[in-house]
Amino acid sequence: MAKTEIRVGGLGGQGVILNASIIGKAASIYEGKHATLIQAFGPEARGSACSAQVTISTEDIAYPYVKHPDVLVLMSQDAYNQFAPSLKPGGLVLFEEELVTLDGRLPEGARAIGIPATRFAEELGRRLVLNIVMVGFFAGVTGLLSFESVQKAVKDSVPKGTEDLNMRALEKGFEYGREAAATK
Amino acid sequence: MKADPKGVLTGVHFMDGDHAACEGALAAGCRFVAGYPITPSTEIVERFAARIPKVGGVFIQMEDELAASIAIQGGVWGGQKVMSVTSGPGLSLMMEHLGYAAMTETPSVWVDVQRGGPSTGLPTLPAQADMMQIKWGSHGDYEIIALSPNSPQECFDLMIKAFNLSEEYRCPVFLMMDEVVGHMTERVNIPSADQIDVTERKWTKKKPGEYKAFATTPEDLVPEMVKAGDGYRIHVTGLTHDERGYPAMDVPNQAKLIPRLLNKIRNNVHKLVDVRMDGCEDADVIVMSFGITSRVATAAIDAARAKGLKVGHLRLIICWPFPVALIQQLARTAKAFVVPELNMGQMVLEVRKALADVDRKVKVISVPHPGGTVHDPETILEQILEAAR
Repeated sequence: MAKTEIRVGGLGGQGVILNASIIGKAASIYEGKHATLIQAFGPEARGSACSAQVTISTEDIAYPYVKHPDVLVLMSQDAYNQFAPSLKPGGLVLFEEELVTLDGRLPEGARAIGIPATRFAEELGRRLVLNIVMVGFFAGVTGLLSFESVQKAVKDSVPKGTEDLNMRALEKGFEYGREAAATK
Repeated sequence: MKADPKGVLTGVHFMDGDHAACEGALAAGCRFVAGYPITPSTEIVERFAARIPKVGGVFIQMEDELAASIAIQGGVWGGQKVMSVTSGPGLSLMMEHLGYAAMTETPSVWVDVQRGGPSTGLPTLPAQADMMQIKWGSHGDYEIIALSPNSPQECFDLMIKAFNLSEEYRCPVFLMMDEVVGHMTERVNIPSADQIDVTERKWTKKKPGEYKAFATTPEDLVPEMVKAGDGYRIHVTGLTHDERGYPAMDVPNQAKLIPRLLNKIRNNVHKLVDVRMDGCEDADVIVMSFGITSRVATAAIDAARAKGLKVGHLRLIICWPFPVALIQQLARTAKAFVVPELNMGQMVLEVRKALADVDRKVKVISVPHPGGTVHDPETILEQILEAAR
């Protein structure tokens, strides 16, 4: 059984849940796999810690919680501090490199690849699309989801009128991810 | 009959259980909801309020759950299919009107997205600790039906079933979700309207003057209905009533009415059994579970089977009425039952009760949990190993 467990972490307002939801949607609707999404649901507000757990599998998923993720997608230092130690040995960390500084708490053998996603988002015109840059980056590095699948999932997840901007954000992250995966 | 296409959002969605439950209600024909939004059930009414103007119907945000749970019953006697949605303390407030719905045989769906309790407890975290409250929480003797989904897809599917059963039996039907199922997102397939069967209300064909609102026959204990405005003179009351629905507060009428309210469900328990069984035929140990815990239990059962144990899984889809005869039948061969649930031991009591009439000695192990999260599959596995010893 091919199963990938993912934890997405960041701050409320960064689009953490939407990022996780697009990854899950692309897998479950557009790639015919099984996917579950659980969001850490607390009295959270903008600016406080926020995280989501996504499991993607070729078979039914019984237990939907992620204890030791294969992939971490991190958009804040707090999220890194909290979740880095839970990474599976040999796991992958995808991080916003201007918001997260790595240190010794990563498990041995972990592969870490960063992206200046917020800066890319600002260059594209809106800082808000940072989460979509990260979706593209995730797909580009992991190869777990095709570009077409994430493209469709983004299109039906973002507000009408913002599709072009979000597509550019997705492409930017995807291309950067593909190159980074080949070289790092 | 088939579902009204206006309420059916046909397609493949990546949707959480709360939203899927709302879509199930719309597909089933629910056109009136009165609610007092409360975590973790809020998204159900929030979506209903957003969707219903386009579908055609009404949502009212009430002042509290007492008002919500009685307003829906007014909606039913006005001819609508209805539900109310709540959690935690809201459910406690609804208990009075739950009894009213049972007594007046008002078909209605009650959704409880269970969170940690008692009192305000854990608003944003799961439990399955209201299972006995819905069964016994209102005063007097009554029967309800309760279904327990374990995925967003089942929130949709079982919601439709809940509506259909409420019309068939004219009783309150509960959809017993929990916070995890409510907030977990998964693929949900919503079929086209012509593939969804909905049960029409049991409208009478009798003329005004011939019709008695609560008259039944020995073969069919569920009375026929009318609605306000159809030209019938009817009376609906929570007081003990006669066949016409008028107060008749004496021993003979009580002795006639109450057993009928119970027996319209109890006589059909065999028809109402809805379970999923996996490997129970030759199992030494049977794990009985429901709701989100059934998914966690699957992980534990797989691990136990990998160790060579014969473990069966009995998952309750309909929790109330409880499948007593099935438990007794399984107890002829099984050595033990293991019952994990997100409460301190509620449905396990029903297993023990069912086994009291069984001659063989069968072990029953409760795997309680105070709620706030789900069991660790390891905890359930340990108890399966203990049971197999």
